[in-house]
Amino acid sequence: MGNIFYGIEPSVYKSQINVPYQWWAGETASKFFMVLRDDKKILGKQCPRCGKVYCPPKKTCPSCFTETNSWKEVGPKGKLISYTIVLRQLAALQKKVPVAFGLICIDGADNAMLHYIGDVDVNNITIGMEVEAVFADDRNATINAISHFKPLT
Amino acid sequence: MDAAIIGIGMTTIEKNKIACNYADLAWEAVNKALADASITIDDIDNVITTSSDFWDGRTISCMAVGDACALRHKNCSAVEGDGTFGAAYGLSRTLSGDYKTTLVTAHSKGSESISSIITNAAFDPIYERSLGLDMISASAIQAKQYMNVTGTTSEQLALVSCKNHKNAKDNPYAQLPMDITVNDVLNSEMIAEPLHKLDCSPVSDGCCAIIIANADFVKKVKAKPVWIKGVAFCSDAYFMGDRDLTKTIALENAAKKAYVMAGITNPENEIDIAEIYDAFTYQELMWIEGLGLAEYGNAGKLLEKGIFNRDGKLPVNPSGGLLSGHPVIAAGLYRIAEIVLQIREEAGARQVNAKRGIAHGVNGICGQSHCVWILDKEK
Ligand SMILES: [Zn+2]
Repeated sequence: MGNIFYGIEPSVYKSQINVPYQWWAGETASKFFMVLRDDKKILGKQCPRCGKVYCPPKKTCPSCFTETNSWKEVGPKGKLISYTIVLRQLAALQKKVPVAFGLICIDGADNAMLHYIGDVDVNNITIGMEVEAVFADDRNATINAISHFKPLT
Repeated sequence: MDAAIIGIGMTTIEKNKIACNYADLAWEAVNKALADASITIDDIDNVITTSSDFWDGRTISCMAVGDACALRHKNCSAVEGDGTFGAAYGLSRTLSGDYKTTLVTAHSKGSESISSIITNAAFDPIYERSLGLDMISASAIQAKQYMNVTGTTSEQLALVSCKNHKNAKDNPYAQLPMDITVNDVLNSEMIAEPLHKLDCSPVSDGCCAIIIANADFVKKVKAKPVWIKGVAFCSDAYFMGDRDLTKTIALENAAKKAYVMAGITNPENEIDIAEIYDAFTYQELMWIEGLGLAEYGNAGKLLEKGIFNRDGKLPVNPSGGLLSGHPVIAAGLYRIAEIVLQIREEAGARQVNAKRGIAHGVNGICGQSHCVWILDKEK
């Protein structure tokens, strides 16, 4: 510590903030999750103004400030827009490294979804590859009803 | 614009400023800024503090530095985000005519918490957060896509790191002055492909303060004013998947507006220096392009030619940038302070020949929103 404290004892207060939250997912995400869980189907929602289909679905179109109004079944295949392979065990990671995250454009959707890429040697992942949703065996109504996306090539 | 920056104060940027709490940091930066402007705290009529509750570990974190900014019984407001946005708010207050001098501070101590967990909390809790992404892994996804689309190489990214760490050797405020080679960067730990450890900025501690004054007040004080010619900011969609991550539409919009305000038609030739938000190596290149200082996909090639070196045609981050020290929240305000020093020809060994410069700040994941400042020696 050297002499930066000029004779005082360095006092560090160790604590943490741990606040439970209960976030209402909203009607749009709730329906999306329910159908993932019960029917193993992926739904997008379409904007009546620009015609774009959003998956994950949005209540309001991020492009035109309009409420999306019609549900469309999309996927379960999609295209890998980009990805990363995380090699350091970053504190936020839920899984052991290497962890592959992908940005996936689900077939029939105009935006992209973040999720895991799995069932693959991570060195064989490439941008543009075709992937397909793998549903979790034990599904609840969350984004984790999809376990990961697996490459088809 | 009838407003100028009349004083700046920076603490050194360090990995762990163990002997300072937030208020200590602000106390140092604010007093330096007042001394720099040759005014006293009584000359300040309103204060903007910039901070983040998550980084500080307290709600209403803006008040944590209140005593050090003398905001008691003064008009004070706060911004959560990068310091450039806090300063933009401060500027608009000054221009409103209700205030003559605005003190803007921005602080953070990354050393006191865990950046991965904090930046993970920026993700939507319903659709994304449980996956475990954070700022590094999300940026790696953007970097990969940007490189794929533009052909920018890992070697070009590494050159950004070499340039900025070398520049930091002449910046007494910088945390990581280093002589490194492209191979050092490529051989450093791969954290999240394609980002090596030396492609990423560190998490740092620091506080920066600036004083913005209206033109009438500037006339009355001894301070050397640096004039604000254009300021604009713009946001993109919140979700990464709702944006084209290889494009910088928000930055382009902000830059165009700022250039129009400043009467700039050809930024490549009319800007002498830029301090850019290089949280990651690839971002310096993307933001250079978004600012119109290089053609899309061409910044890496110009970098190889030395254009952005300190002795190049358009020095970028002669301070060493965020790669050499990244106090989140304060980082953009440091960019403004660095341009002020450069324009006043007080940047010491890192001085370049500059009459007009850009300071740039970013807020949000993968450059969701950008704030662009054009500063000038002349009014
Ligand atoms: Zn729309």
